[in-house]
Amino acid sequence: MTALVLRGLRKSFGGLPATDDVALEIQRGERRLIIGPNGAGKTTLFNLISGDLKPDAGSVLLFGEEVAHLRPDQRAQRGLARTYQIITLFPRSTLVENIVLALMGLSPLRWHCWHRLAARRELYDRARAVLERVGLAHLASRRVADVSYGEKRRVEIAMALAQQPRLLLLDEPLAGLSAEERRSVQDLLEAIPRDISIVMIEHDMDTALAFAEKITVLHYGKVIVEGDRAHVVAHPRTREVYLGA
Amino acid sequence: MGFWITQSLNSLALGGLLFILSAGFSLIFGLMRIANLSHGAYFMLGAYVGLTLLQRGVNFWLAALAAGAAIAILGGLVERIVLRQLAGRTLSQVLATLGIAFIIADACLWIWSGDPIPLTGPASLRGAVPVLGTHFPLYRLGVIGIAAVIALALWLLVEKTRIGAMIRAGVDDLDMARAVGIPVKALFTAVFCLGSALAGLGGVIAGPILSVYPGLDADMLPLALVVVILGGVGSLGGAVLGSIVIGFIYTFGNALLPDLAYVILFLPMVIVLVARPRGLFGRIAT
Amino acid sequence: MRYAPSIAALAALLALPFALGNDYYVNLASQVLIAAIFAMSLNLLVGYGGMTSLGHAAYLGVGAYATAWLTLRLGLGPLGAGAAALAITTLMAGFYGVLALRASGLGFLMITLALGQILWGLAYRWVGVTGGDNGLSGLARPAPLGIDITGARPFYFFALAVFAVAFALVALFVRSPFGASLQGARDQPRRMRALGYNVWMIRWITFVLAGFWGAVAGVLYVYYNNFISPHALSLTQSAEVLLMVIAGGAATLTGPVVGAALVVVMKNVVSAYVERWTLLLGVVFVLIVMFLPDGLVPGVQRLYARWRTRP
Repeated sequence: MTALVLRGLRKSFGGLPATDDVALEIQRGERRLIIGPNGAGKTTLFNLISGDLKPDAGSVLLFGEEVAHLRPDQRAQRGLARTYQIITLFPRSTLVENIVLALMGLSPLRWHCWHRLAARRELYDRARAVLERVGLAHLASRRVADVSYGEKRRVEIAMALAQQPRLLLLDEPLAGLSAEERRSVQDLLEAIPRDISIVMIEHDMDTALAFAEKITVLHYGKVIVEGDRAHVVAHPRTREVYLGA
Repeated sequence: MGFWITQSLNSLALGGLLFILSAGFSLIFGLMRIANLSHGAYFMLGAYVGLTLLQRGVNFWLAALAAGAAIAILGGLVERIVLRQLAGRTLSQVLATLGIAFIIADACLWIWSGDPIPLTGPASLRGAVPVLGTHFPLYRLGVIGIAAVIALALWLLVEKTRIGAMIRAGVDDLDMARAVGIPVKALFTAVFCLGSALAGLGGVIAGPILSVYPGLDADMLPLALVVVILGGVGSLGGAVLGSIVIGFIYTFGNALLPDLAYVILFLPMVIVLVARPRGLFGRIAT
Repeated sequence: MRYAPSIAALAALLALPFALGNDYYVNLASQVLIAAIFAMSLNLLVGYGGMTSLGHAAYLGVGAYATAWLTLRLGLGPLGAGAAALAITTLMAGFYGVLALRASGLGFLMITLALGQILWGLAYRWVGVTGGDNGLSGLARPAPLGIDITGARPFYFFALAVFAVAFALVALFVRSPFGASLQGARDQPRRMRALGYNVWMIRWITFVLAGFWGAVAGVLYVYYNNFISPHALSLTQSAEVLLMVIAGGAATLTGPVVGAALVVVMKNVVSAYVERWTLLLGVVFVLIVMFLPDGLVPGVQRLYARWRTRP
């Protein structure tokens, strides 16, 4: 079964098509990279997949189920997780508290208003385990505002992994990172098991091209080239779009 | 027949007053994104200042203009000292204007005490005139005229002058306006002064009809809000339209269904906001 | 022990009427408790939920009017009237919540203002039901468990009991998983949705709970005053309780209590010495908004922390 199918997806903002008749298929366990010059509509596409935006036309099939009309939280309940280009963590809470929120999102526990959250030790233990996976367990009690940018990016990924998703959308996970930080995030991403399918937007070509198996190139909201690394890099339209841009 | 004509004229007069009140509110809201919760208080203070001047024998029109000027100065001070310090924090600015409304309201109570006082209108507009078969107070007709003149003056300002162009640019896209070199800070102060002046002026003009009393501010503020929500934030044409519509709804509502007058007044506002939460013209920040 | 400060506070509040002596001050303390419950209810929305409302007086007012009307016009006993009033107001909050949550930020502020004004207008004009400007009077205080609470001191203990329960439940709510998700939705609604939280439902439930506790304050309010008038539903009332929350410290448990005490004390005690207490309150509020935007409680906590770590 395919993880994600997009068909005839369209979204315009006041006459300008940000997403123009996009069709895409992500197989289970795939590592897909979406690239394109600035303004190509990559984040808009992600927003359409995650439900932050409603499409003007087209369908979004998540593991065979049509979800175009569903809210973002409903799609998260169906195995979707994403990170954002801008850090959207809870700065005044500790790292472990951030992960606890991520763990609760898919649990009926989140509706309980009659007992203290802090008393749920097992939740905090699980959160620490998630932080361990991304190498941040030593910062568990530190506030998000007090950790480095690279560490914040890793927390974002940790939050998404905590949801135990089946499809993971990563919006520029390497943006703004130093070489060393990039390497640690890269290792993290490569360690993600194959039962999670990954779609990534990235500008850092070296890292991303190494990671991805299949690449989709967007330009003005349309898919212009698609294929494996060699195919895309050699394609004349890719060069045109990047050099001309 | 006489009833309909009288009430329609009353509606237009009320609409005129509401326009003078809400034009300022709309400009401030549209440009600075601040819902100025002290706008009703400026209206009331203007009326009180006008009253004092009238009691000293000043000519009505001069008193009205002087009151407008006084409130403009107050508004400018508030903008510079308080609101500018809170730039970028819209909610804090709105809360600050709430606090200032409390201050002004109490100051008025202190200075002018608690009795409602009607303002005496100008001698030139005293009495009633025959209109379409009924008699109608000349002053109220005058109010319609004054409101029309002010509307025209504002339209000329906004559409035909450089400063008007700057205001329109700022209402449309503030960041862009800054980028092209429009002195946004000074513009904010100027618009706040203008809005406050209109409120103060409006208070004096409304004085002979509404009187001035403690609580006038809390009565007028929601009306300005309704007009602006209905007519669109930052739009003068919208303020005209909204004022007339609300003038009619309130006057006829009061006359025909007095028990439900307030419901009829605020229901359109609720309906508009529920149907289009960003306001009729999409300018309310969410 | 974690509960030590709460127990100390409770003990102090229990001892308060004996320390104050004079009935006037005991009544004042009751007023503070009622205002504190009212402010705590709004704080759920404003502080923890991030939804600033200028129409919260609606719930105090409807709770009060319903209690009075059911007792005076339908002859219901206090338990029945109180329970029915709470139910009616909570249902109304549910309906109002659906309307108000169509917007957020300034739009939410304005819808809540308008909805509050509609109710105020009804209370003012629908003279047949609400008594208009004169309101409804002649409501006798109930006798819970047979205890007569017409006296200042007994009523105070009654109000304190309700306050203690309210405070404990609100504290539990704020520290619960739901409370955490509410605060998460306040800070990063998009992130919360991506994590699987139904942000609208979280906000709506909070809106209803805020209305419920506002109604509780309303029932106490009408029994304290033996009377209810449209003023309780006015914009001024909604503004005043918002002031209490912001000044005391939104998003803290004790902030609204401090804010309530500040406003009630200024209104009654300070006004004996300083005639223009509203003006003073307005100035204090503007100063807090400008220089202590988190409110008095967090501001004082910060100053205290800084004082403790001084070199």
